[in-house]
Parts: sequence; structure tokens; C-alpha cells
Amino acid sequence: MLQTQPIPAQAAASDRRGGVRPTPWWMDVMLVLFVAAIAFGIARAAARWSTPLSPNVRIDTSISQLPLYAGLSTLRMAVAYILSLVFSLLYARAAAASKAAERVMLPVLDILQSIPILSFMPGVVLALAAAFPGRTIGLELAAILLIFSSQAWNLAFSFHQSLKTIPRELSEAADVYRLGIWQRFTRLELPFGAIALIQNSMMSWAGGWFFLMASEQFVLGANNLRLPGLGSYLAAAADARDTHAIIWGIVALVTVIVALDQVLWRPLVAWSDKFKFEQSGGDASESWMLDLLRNSTVVAWLHDHTVAPIERSLDRPREPLKLVRFKFVVPRWARVLAGFVAIIAASGLVIWGGLAAFHTVSGLAGRTWWTIVVATLATFGRTLAALIIATAWTVPFGVAVGMSPKWSRRLQPLVQVIASIPATALFSVLLLVLLELPGGLNIAAVALMVLGTQWYILFNVIAGAMAIPSDLKEAAGVYGLSGWRKWKLLIIPAIFPYLVTGLITATGGAWNASIVSEYVIFAGRKISTTGLGALIAEAADAQNFALLLASTLVMAAVVILGNRLVWRKLYRVAESRYRLE
Amino acid sequence: MTIAMEAPPSVERGEVILEARSVDKYYGDDRTPVLDSVSVALHSGEFVALLGPSGSGKSTLLRLLSGLMPPSGGMVLSHGEELTGINPNVAIVFQSFALFPWLTVLQNVELGLLAAGVPVEQRRERAVAAIDLIGLDGYEEAFPKELSGGMKQRVGFARALVVQPEVLFMDEPFSALDVLTGETLRAELQELWNSKSMPTRAVLLVTHNIDEAVTLADRILVFGANPGHIRIELPGLPAHERMHHGPARQHLVDAIYRVMTNPGEDASMLVGQPSAPARAERPRRYQVLPDVGIDDLTGFVQYLSSIGGRANVHDLARDLQLRSDDVLAIVEASDLLGFADLQDRAVLLTQPGVEFADAELDAEKAMFRHFALAHVSLLRHIVRELDASPSATLDSDRLMEELEEAFSGGEARRQFETVVDWGRYAELFSYDDASGELRLDPESGVGAADALREAMTADSSATWSVDGDDN
Repeated sequence: MLQTQPIPAQAAASDRRGGVRPTPWWMDVMLVLFVAAIAFGIARAAARWSTPLSPNVRIDTSISQLPLYAGLSTLRMAVAYILSLVFSLLYARAAAASKAAERVMLPVLDILQSIPILSFMPGVVLALAAAFPGRTIGLELAAILLIFSSQAWNLAFSFHQSLKTIPRELSEAADVYRLGIWQRFTRLELPFGAIALIQNSMMSWAGGWFFLMASEQFVLGANNLRLPGLGSYLAAAADARDTHAIIWGIVALVTVIVALDQVLWRPLVAWSDKFKFEQSGGDASESWMLDLLRNSTVVAWLHDHTVAPIERSLDRPREPLKLVRFKFVVPRWARVLAGFVAIIAASGLVIWGGLAAFHTVSGLAGRTWWTIVVATLATFGRTLAALIIATAWTVPFGVAVGMSPKWSRRLQPLVQVIASIPATALFSVLLLVLLELPGGLNIAAVALMVLGTQWYILFNVIAGAMAIPSDLKEAAGVYGLSGWRKWKLLIIPAIFPYLVTGLITATGGAWNASIVSEYVIFAGRKISTTGLGALIAEAADAQNFALLLASTLVMAAVVILGNRLVWRKLYRVAESRYRLE
Repeated sequence: MTIAMEAPPSVERGEVILEARSVDKYYGDDRTPVLDSVSVALHSGEFVALLGPSGSGKSTLLRLLSGLMPPSGGMVLSHGEELTGINPNVAIVFQSFALFPWLTVLQNVELGLLAAGVPVEQRRERAVAAIDLIGLDGYEEAFPKELSGGMKQRVGFARALVVQPEVLFMDEPFSALDVLTGETLRAELQELWNSKSMPTRAVLLVTHNIDEAVTLADRILVFGANPGHIRIELPGLPAHERMHHGPARQHLVDAIYRVMTNPGEDASMLVGQPSAPARAERPRRYQVLPDVGIDDLTGFVQYLSSIGGRANVHDLARDLQLRSDDVLAIVEASDLLGFADLQDRAVLLTQPGVEFADAELDAEKAMFRHFALAHVSLLRHIVRELDASPSATLDSDRLMEELEEAFSGGEARRQFETVVDWGRYAELFSYDDASGELRLDPESGVGAADALREAMTADSSATWSVDGDDN
């Protein structure tokens, strides 16, 4: 028998990295300081939440205030993200637990995903501000709720998808070796879903920034309630036409995004490599931060004295350990009754909501409906134009980048940084320029939509072009395919599934963006153009709830219909015909 | 023919540990049967093999006995008490290993002890001991992806043995491994079992490999498909007869081959000994098409022709390096089409088979079309439906629905894929996967349909489930 002394987990981890020297002491000091700074920042920002609400928050555009604003924005994002994560883990777990639950919970998620979030902002702000009279926390919660609703759905979908695709024998192994619920969750379900969750978390953060910036720039009626943060800073700077402050504001935003990428997402992605399910090795992601953490004595000490004992106590089996699968089966009549009650309650709720909505909406005059139809057509036209423009430049560019390993290596990080700047942060800045152009907001709105949605398409096209197998490229070369033929026979079929995926996200994004781009309050004056987004924003501003509800429902219906009638079909074609296997 | 049946069971049977009493299992809302009234008792001290083609429900039975799923009818008894939930006395070694890729070898092995609430130190000690026992010391901190298939399955064994199960279940444990590795592991397992160095009191092995079953088992249950049932129970060989390839072993292997190559016949007649009355085979609407692609079929006929038109099934599996049930499926397909004849355990190429092997591509296709129409009732059915349809098309969903009435879900899909593969190759129809539409081929398909129609009118009493007689 060879030596079989157990190796402590941490030592094993650094052993695997192969003789890496330990992190120098000053790095450990830096780490401690870093953590302390974050803790201090959170404490300070949280202290503001209980401060009395001043009716007219003045946004200070001096640069010295930027770190505070950046911290406030990031904190909002973090709180919303943690809520989203907890929600989606629970929701997905519950949905996967039974067929019946799944049948209800998934369509609900699908509908929630299609509702234009921004149109709820006014209602939510009013309600929460009323719930905490005179306190900032109501406003903060409204912003957090808005970000939450932009982050949670795809996380929940992703985790549910993971739970459903756990290989059967792996799940049976967990059953046979009688892992408890917690052990099963930590040893099997969470690890199996980790990679998809992290990827989707990054997407959620990008989406979150978009809405955070929008919500911080949001000014409610005459009250002028606004949240201090990077979004409001940029808006104030643009209002004041303070180029200096605008530039610094953007720099601060990019810095926050890049820093988060470096100290949070990259390490997570590199760390999650070990959850890859393929049984053989692949190329691993790298992260300096992760290496630092792995080799740090402080982190190892912290792990051994905080995380490890908690893990151990959580792992302790709860008696009795029997996995009750089909022992205490609820009698059939009880299940039927429960299902019956649930259906009646659910349909009652739906009917009540429907009637209430109908009652609200039915007050609208015929002419108003006509306005909504015209507005919908106008926004539809803009969405279409935005998608065409975005596709027209991203497809050739993305294919060029994706098919050349050299360019994709050089440009990918740059494109990622540019893309990570939320378009909403730049809206007020861009308006400075765009409003001077002929066509005014009518054209500017399209430009803003393009800005907000082109990245979804670009990233997918690059990914698609990179995924073209080199033997196919070589075959195209050998048979002399070039120009249009090469596009028709190789490139378009290869990127098609990716393009469709990108377009689906982009379409939803464009409709949503119309709310902030067709109606703007800029330098104290209202500017708007014909469109459904403008209608929603205007109705919200005027607190005309009938119109708000009607136009929101129309937008949700248009998005859902588009998904069902166009995108899903295209997606199915893409999946079945153009899938490279 | 006399065979090794008179050999006494090599192990005295102990008490019954685990038992399935006439269990049924249905899947899905349409209650497709997978297992039909199967009874098995597992005694202390014995090694039992469940042998059968894929789809015969042997893995399902294993899952019922382990409590991973409840039976639809009948009951599972553990030590005489009805089993409700996961069987605590059982560990499983899986075909795909089912290791957790994010856990080290040690953590994977500790998994079963973790749930049992064994204290940390003891957990580690026992896991390390199990790893040693199975020959993996030094690999404790490795991750599964760093290991070869054989090493992975060793981890699978260690993980199963560390919980000291009363019964060890093995679901095709060697079939994902290459032949040599599988052989090594099998021998080691046998040694462990024989030396009684593990506390396990009984082993249940699911396999499709006849050699494996004969080498390891005290008792062999041969399963039949559609729905799964036990066709015959055979006693294993005495320990000393198992390893060397003597006549007793050959007899047993031959008997099992005969049973497995004649799925439609009474198994006890085939092994030449009386046993429990066999269940009557159900009349079927369609014959069961073996899951064999065109390439394998044509390749096989040509191979058989090249070696003189005659071969032993057992040798074929070895020479072609194929799993024995795959070879059986191919042989069955050639037999069904009239290109080969299965006699006892030898395959003979028929005259059409010889011609088929020599034919040029076009002639080969024409022959295939002719013989497939003559012998495959489902193919004739499709061509007639296509002929009757004004647009000469058939919706694949409709065909699937029909098949699902006759076959279980997975089997229906396989039947569909096989018949589409054959029909496309025969140029009887085309199939568009995206629209799910079968379309009659304007040339040969229409011709075949005409011929079928004529034959119908000529002999109106013709029943199409009976094979044609034109060879």
C-alpha cells in the first residue's frame, strides 16, 4: 500500500496547479484591504438607504463624487443579482420537482420574460415610495426590483434546463447512495448547472446595467425623484453639457465594468472549468485573480476557518435520512382535490386580473386605440430598421472577426468592453448630438435601439463564425468556393442558428428600448415621437393608467406573438437543418 | 440435444435477500409495457446474470429492485418486506460510470458514506481502503477526467464497495470499456468475489454479453423483448468449468445462443429441457425490424460472401469485433430479408444473398427493393398508404402514432428510423426530416406501388402480415 495520507483540500488545489509559488505577503495584505474597502463601501452606501427622502435630489457632477456614485450603482446591482440568483435557484428547483408544477411555472416565466419591464417602473416607484413614506429605501427597492426583473428569468430558465438534463445514471447514483436534498443540491445539481449559471449571470449583469442606468435617470413626474448613481450622474452631466464630467462618468462606468470582469467573472469562469461535464480535458480558461486566490494563505486560512466548518455542519445528515420518494404518497383524491383547488384559484386570479384589466382598458376611446395601432406600427418599423442596420454591419464584421483567429484574439476583448457599456448610460449623451440631426428623435430613436441591441447579434455571429469547423473551411477552399457562393453554401448556414439566437434577444431588447428612446426628457424639456414606447412613457408620466396598461399589453402581445410566429419557427429550422454536429 | 443443464448449481442457495414478485412496469400515459409479470428471487451467496437483447427490460428490473423506480404492478420485497423507496442494502455500478466529474476520486468514493453520516476521519479511512482494494492507490486526488475508462470504472467499483452493500448491482459494467480492459476488470472482480474479501452477499449483473454471463454467474436469466419477460432460467457452470473452454462451457454458450437467435420460439425447447411453460408470444401487427442500418447490412452480406458464405455467429462477433447482440441483429436482418439463413448457430448466405453481394450499386438497390417489399410488412404498409394518398405523401407523425400502438416509445422510434433508412435506400420514398413528410419516389416507388396493387387484386385474400413467397 502506498502512502495514502489524506491531503487537505486546499493544498490539493494548489498542487494541481503544479508547483505555483505562494502568493507574496503583500498581495495578501492587498486582498485584506480590498475586502475591507468593499465592506466599508457597502456599510456606507447602506447607511444612505434609511436617510430621509429629499424631494429634489441634486446630482453633484464633480468628479470627486464619482466613486460614491459608482459604489451606489454597483451595490444596487449586487443586491438585485443576489435576489435574482436565490429566486431562480428556488424557482427552477420547484419547477423541476414535479410535472404539474412545471406545466404552470414555465409558461409563467415565459410571459414574465416578454413583458416590457420599463413600463412598470412608474407604478413600482409610486407604490414603493408610498410604502416607505419619506425614506430613500422605497426608491432603492424600486430600482432593485427593476434590475431583478431584468436578471432573474434567464437565470431561472438556465438552471431549470440544467436540472432537466442531468444524465440519468448520475442522478440515479445520487439516489442509490442516498444523498440528502442538500447534499444532492451541492454535489450534483449546482455543480452541473454552474457553468450555464455563470454564463447567464454575466448576461444578466449586462442587462442589469442597462436597466439600472435607465432607472437612475428616471424622473417621476413633477416630484423629480431620482437615485444618485452613475446613471443619474451621466444624465446630469449631459443636461449641463459638461463634456468633462461626461467623459469622467463614462470612464468610471467602464472601470467598474472592467474591474468586475477581472475580479469577479473571469475568476468564476476559470474556476467553473472543473464543472465541465466532458470526461476528457479541454483548454482551460485563465484568470490571474483566481491564481492569486488559490495560492493565498489568507484565503486558505479563511476557507479552513469559515467555509469548511459550515460545509461540514450542512453536510451532517438530517435524521431520518430516508429519501421519501414514494412512501408517503398523498392519496389520489387529495392530489386531485389540491390540483382542482389550485386550478380554480389560478383561473380565478387570471379572470379577476383580466376583468380588472378589461375594466381599466375599456374606458379608452376608439380613437385612443387607433393611436395605439399607429404607434405600434411606427415602433415596429423602427425595430425592423434597427435590426436591419445592426445585422447589416455585424454579420460581415462578426464573420470577418470570427473566421480569423488572429483578429478574433485581438478584437474580442475590445469588443467585449465596448459592448459592456450599457446603451442607456449613453442615451442622454448621444442625444446631445443626435437631436441636432435632421429627423430629430424619429431617427435618433432608431440609432439608440441599434446601440442597445447590436451586440447581441454581433457576439452570436462571432461565436457562430468561430465554430465553423476548419475542415469545412478547408473543403470550401479546396472546391474553390468564394464570394457569394461561399456565403451561401458555408457561412450563412453555419452562422444561421447563432444569428437567430442573437436576433431573438435583440428584438426583445429593441422593443424594450423604445420606451426609453422614443420619449426623453432632456435638459428639462420633453421630446417625443410617434411610437408605442413613447406612448407608454407618456402615459406613465401623465399617470394615465388605462393607456399605460393598454399599450404595455399590446407591446407584450407583439413580442410574444413575434416569438411564437416568427422566431420559434426559424429557431426550429436552425436547430434541425443547420446544426453542425 | 443434451447440454450442460444437468450440472448442479455451483453454490448452495441461501435465504432470499431480494425478490421481485410478478412485477410489471409501464411507461408513459399510454402505459407502454416494458416488463411483463417478471419474478426473480436473489439468494444470499449467489451471482446472478440477467442476459438479453437491448429493450428486454433487464435494466428496468434492476432499477425496480434497487427502488429507483416503483413497479407498476406486483411488488419488490427486501428481506420479505415490501420495498418503498430506495433500497438501502444496494449499491450500483453503472455502465457510464456515473462519476461526478467535479469531485476527486476520493470524494467520489466518499459519496455513499457522506449520506450515511459516517464521521469525517472514518469516512476517509474507509474510502482509502476501498481505493486500495480496487487498485487505485495514488489516484485519490485525481479527477475522473484524468483517468482512463478502466480506471474510472474502478472508481465506480470502489464507490459501490465502500458502502459495504449487501447486494451489488452491476448494469453493463464492462461494456463501455475496450475488450482487454473489460477482461482484466472482470477477472479482478471475479477474484474479489471468490475470495469473499468483500462483505457483499449477492451480485446481480445485467449484461448483453454471453461470455460474461457464463464466466461469472451461478444462475443466468435470459430475457426476451416486447415487453420484457424472462424466457428461461439456466443454472451456471460449476466454478472449475467456467474459465477453461471445455465442452460443458461450449454447450451452455451454444444453448444461450440458440435461445437468443430465435426470439420467437419456445426457449425451453431450444435448450432441450423442460422448464416452466413459456408464455405464448403475442401476435403482432408488424414484425419487429432489427435496429440495423443499411451500411451494416450490405457490408455484412459482402463480408459473409467473401469468407465463403457460411459462418458461426459466435465467430462473427469475434472476427468483426462487434458486440454479440449487434451481430445477432445484423444476422436477423439478413435473415428477415432472405439474404441469409440462420440454422442453429450458423449463418448461411442464400442464393439471393450471393447475388446481392456481387451486384453493382443499381442492381443491388433493385434487389434490395424487391426483397424488402416481399418480406417487410411495414414497408409494404407505407408504400400502400403513400399510393393511396392523393398527394403521394405520408405524415411521419401519423406513422409514429401507428407504430406506438404496436411498440413501446423508444422501440417505435427505432422501428421508424430503421424503416425510413431501408425505404430510402430502396428508393421507395423520400423523407424530409424538417417537414416530417414521406413522399413516394416518382419512379421506383410508384412502380412498386403499382405492383403491390396488382398483387392485391390478384389475390384479395392476401394478408400482408405474412411474408411474401417470391424467393
